[in-house]
Amino acid sequence: MTDLLWLIPFMPIAGFTVLVLAGSRLPRSVTGTIGTGTVGLSAVVSMLLAAGFGVKGDGYVVTQTLWQWLSVGDFSPRFSLYLDALSLVMVLVITCVGFLIHLYSIGFMKNEEGYSRFFAYMNLFVGSMLVLVLADNLVSLYLGWEGVGLCSYLLIGFWYRDSANGYAARKAFVITRVGDTALAVGLFLLFTNLGTLQIQELMQRAQAEWPAGSKIAVIAAALLLAGAIGKSAQLPLQTWLPDAMAGPTPVSALIHAATMVTAGVYLIARTHVLFTLAPPVQSAIAIIGAATLLLAGLSAFVQRDIKRVLAYSTISQIGYMFLALGVGAWSAALFHFMTHAFFKALLFLGAGAVILAMDHEHDIFKMGGLRSRMPVTFWTFLIGVASLSALPFVTSGFYSKDLILKLAWSSERGSVWLWAAGVAGAFITSLYAFRLLFVVFFGDRLTRAKSDPGISMTAPLVVLAALSVAAGLAALPEPASGRQAIQQFLSGVLPAAHIRDERTPELFLLLIASCASIGGMLAAWLLYVLFPRYAEGLVQTRAGRSVHRLLFTGWGFDRIYDRLFAGPFLWLTRINRDDFIDLVYEGAAWYSGVFHHLLGLTQTGKVRWYAFGIGLGAIITIGIAVFL
Amino acid sequence: MTVEWLILIPLIGGVLAWIGGRRSSLLPRLISVASLGAGLAMTASLWNASPPVAGRTAGQAWIAEFNTSWIPQLGIGFHLGLDGLSLLLVLLTFFLGIVGVLCSWNEIKERTGFFHLNLMLVLTGIVGVFLSLDLFLFYFFWELMLVPMYFLISIWGHEKRAYASVKFFIFTQLSGILMLLGILGLYFIHGRSTGIYTFDYTQLLGTRLTPGQSLWLMLGFAAAFAVKLPAVPFHSWLPDAHSEAPTAGSLILAGLLLKTGAYGFIRFLVPLFPDAVESVRLIGMVLSAAGILYGAALAFSQEDLKRLIAYTSISHMGFVMLGIFAWNELSLQGAVIQMVCHGFSTGALFVLAGILQARLHTREMSAMGGLWAVTPRMAGMGLFFGLASLGLPGLGNFIGEFLVLLGSYRVSGLVTAAAATGLIASALYSLRLMQRVFHGPKRDDLTMADIAVRETTILAVMAAVIVVIGLYPGPVLETSKPAVEGLIQKGNPSLTPPGRGPGAVKPGGESSGEMLR
Repeated sequence: MTDLLWLIPFMPIAGFTVLVLAGSRLPRSVTGTIGTGTVGLSAVVSMLLAAGFGVKGDGYVVTQTLWQWLSVGDFSPRFSLYLDALSLVMVLVITCVGFLIHLYSIGFMKNEEGYSRFFAYMNLFVGSMLVLVLADNLVSLYLGWEGVGLCSYLLIGFWYRDSANGYAARKAFVITRVGDTALAVGLFLLFTNLGTLQIQELMQRAQAEWPAGSKIAVIAAALLLAGAIGKSAQLPLQTWLPDAMAGPTPVSALIHAATMVTAGVYLIARTHVLFTLAPPVQSAIAIIGAATLLLAGLSAFVQRDIKRVLAYSTISQIGYMFLALGVGAWSAALFHFMTHAFFKALLFLGAGAVILAMDHEHDIFKMGGLRSRMPVTFWTFLIGVASLSALPFVTSGFYSKDLILKLAWSSERGSVWLWAAGVAGAFITSLYAFRLLFVVFFGDRLTRAKSDPGISMTAPLVVLAALSVAAGLAALPEPASGRQAIQQFLSGVLPAAHIRDERTPELFLLLIASCASIGGMLAAWLLYVLFPRYAEGLVQTRAGRSVHRLLFTGWGFDRIYDRLFAGPFLWLTRINRDDFIDLVYEGAAWYSGVFHHLLGLTQTGKVRWYAFGIGLGAIITIGIAVFL
Repeated sequence: MTVEWLILIPLIGGVLAWIGGRRSSLLPRLISVASLGAGLAMTASLWNASPPVAGRTAGQAWIAEFNTSWIPQLGIGFHLGLDGLSLLLVLLTFFLGIVGVLCSWNEIKERTGFFHLNLMLVLTGIVGVFLSLDLFLFYFFWELMLVPMYFLISIWGHEKRAYASVKFFIFTQLSGILMLLGILGLYFIHGRSTGIYTFDYTQLLGTRLTPGQSLWLMLGFAAAFAVKLPAVPFHSWLPDAHSEAPTAGSLILAGLLLKTGAYGFIRFLVPLFPDAVESVRLIGMVLSAAGILYGAALAFSQEDLKRLIAYTSISHMGFVMLGIFAWNELSLQGAVIQMVCHGFSTGALFVLAGILQARLHTREMSAMGGLWAVTPRMAGMGLFFGLASLGLPGLGNFIGEFLVLLGSYRVSGLVTAAAATGLIASALYSLRLMQRVFHGPKRDDLTMADIAVRETTILAVMAAVIVVIGLYPGPVLETSKPAVEGLIQKGNPSLTPPGRGPGAVKPGGESSGEMLR
């Protein structure tokens, strides 16, 4: 049965191929079935393979070599798949969430032109992501890595007639490619120094040859980190993600939950050996994560566009995952990736339902009271918001976030400050999440809203809501080791964090974190349900206005980058459009033209001028001969 | 049937096409396609019949050879040799030649006979350059490419064709004369020291030269190759020639003529003057990286579609040159793949630009936009070749660029990192092209037919080749492998830095930091 591994990435890619070649001639029902079905089949195959892992997971690996990609000298990467507990968790989430998003898209996109193009790109997106997580060498990983970048470009710019969408799409591709290029240079460095790009072998060699903290390990890890930052939209390369909202809503769900932005988290977890050899880089990951989760959380708090709130929320939540990676809590990062995939997909699809019901209105302050018109959307959205806010005990987000906070405190690489940032972030998260819920679903009822969408769109919402709760079960302690089930499952791949001090005040931490979540919820209730005037008044003050503008524009990163990079680049290329080097040659041509003209003047046809010239020339020549 | 027929077939075909052009305008096209097809088939059969790689050692890389004396008094021979490298390039030549005839099927309406004569003569010259093993013969073919190309641009070109064709002629002619001086210098130095006056490449290899002689002769050769390639700052003939030439001319310029420069570097420059090349290697690599970035920056700002594509060629050929100066198996194989794939991807982009120009009567991108809604098939093709051009993994150009950079990292990490930023720049210009031409609001004044079956077929075949090379480059790499290995041995041993063999695990310690340059 393990021979079926290749089917997992193959199915969506086959779907893509069929839809690209024949899509425009197929009826919509067939297109939707191919698009959704292929991803569904991948999900089924991954579940079959998951059965082989059992609950323990540790150390079990399935590999399959497809063909030799290329072979030059000592460089010979293969197309080869590698499934261990880490990639299995990724594959399951990608295929299952991906399937639900595809299913939802059948309804969501039914009135759009370019239906087959949409499903083709979506399939390629899932397929590339599967190649990325199943790759056994870094070149194949890079193939998937660039593939998801391409698909994000294609799908963000799906509605290509609006030039703003094209701009957002190019922005996403180019900014992530900055990271990709750093990653590529990292691959060159790793291969030149360690002689292989097979991930497992590479990690062994790095461990054997590079002492912890050596310069080369730090540079290699930093280059990989730069790649991860770009894809995962962390500081300072986060600016593309809020604009990525230009694509259809299911695309956002796919980018934020199942594919693309989690690639960076996966890359770091996959090459965690390298990062443990580079402590400064690992500390940088934690600090980047903490800073990103706070800055993006605050930006999410002031957004008016429903999707932008969720976009900043994603940046912030990935910040949590980076925080976890930075303190060595590898499996906690994966756990949060999983719960986040469920509730963020849920929130985006719910937001899509709201947007459809409001005739493509995105401004949350033009919505309100949707609770009664759209009960299914409301209740599932509520579960998503609760999970995002990590409300204690019933939501999966609570367990994954709690694990991260606990380890941010107690891990060898953790600190009180990182923990405090996480707790503050938890308060902010809860604040903006419930703000969103209250503004959209509570308050005065708007009559123009339509009701819940059809079953093909609500069913994914319900399933994702159930998963958002049920994923918390992965936090159940394993009787034998006392560790959480997910940690145990991943223990063969990802080592446990080194605990600095065994006497962690766990109950105290839990209490504080819970208070932060509930406090955020209550604050949102006060500000947006009980005293809505107060929040408005705060923004009207002078200080309030400027803070609001700063947060609203995502801390002004776009402007800084425009000034620093885009502006000068555009200016330079514009003034050099005609290529100043060509001026040198043009100059040479001009001078010969001038000389031609001057010499032409001497041809007067008058004999005395010629005689004069001959005489003068003779005198000069004789003069030179005599005097020199 | 031997290798000399690869040169005779296009020559004869060209003459027949010229004669046939007096009867009808269809005849030259058919004759050209048929003779190029025959050449393609013959090359393919040579490829097929070539002994397996295992049976050929690096020393005997020739798949086919032809040697007869031509002007024995002067030591000039008609010496041709076909190894894996030239085989791939000859295949590319015939293939793109066919594409060139097909894509000008409806474009060229005047003097079709003479057009096809010139087209076939250029191709003859190109094939000759790829096969010559006698420096005099090489120079002969090198110049043979020039004149018919000049006619192609100046007769069938666009508005500024006179300016462009003269500029092209002066650049290539001047630099060609410098190469001729280099050839003659080498000829006399070799003759004086050994008593054998010969232009034969195999005999001239290993001529003892003082460092000064070697450097100056090398520069003479390098002038010609750097102009053809083109290397910055000798590139400024290219955008004019490419954008003013008819579609087939642009296709052949970008797809083939530029490769003769790269081929000259690989076949002649480094093996003949290994020490001199070694001394200027870093300059060469820096110029290559500069070309990658400078070409990309210029491409980004163009408004003329063909000019944009022309500048991307400078950027892409920078990778080829970087691979050559890095001079190891990884980087050279990368350069070979990049040459082949650039021929297809940029060639296809020029075909698309030609189609657009034929329908819209302009090359200005400001007059385009929103074409995805009007001509979805053409837009899809444009997207594909745009992505190939930006080096998307899974497509052939990625293999080329990745191998080049991987190999050049061994020589200089800094230059490689700088060249790698070209990947960002290529995304900028490729996506801008997509946006300006195919995306954006649909314009009501733009109505035109989507690409027809003939055009779709040409482009689909080219796309397929790029996909196959991207996913399974094995056959291409194996073909060029013996040639590349043999050439590497001819270079200065210090040119090729040792790689790390698999399994050669060094003991731990700080010493591993030494490879970090």
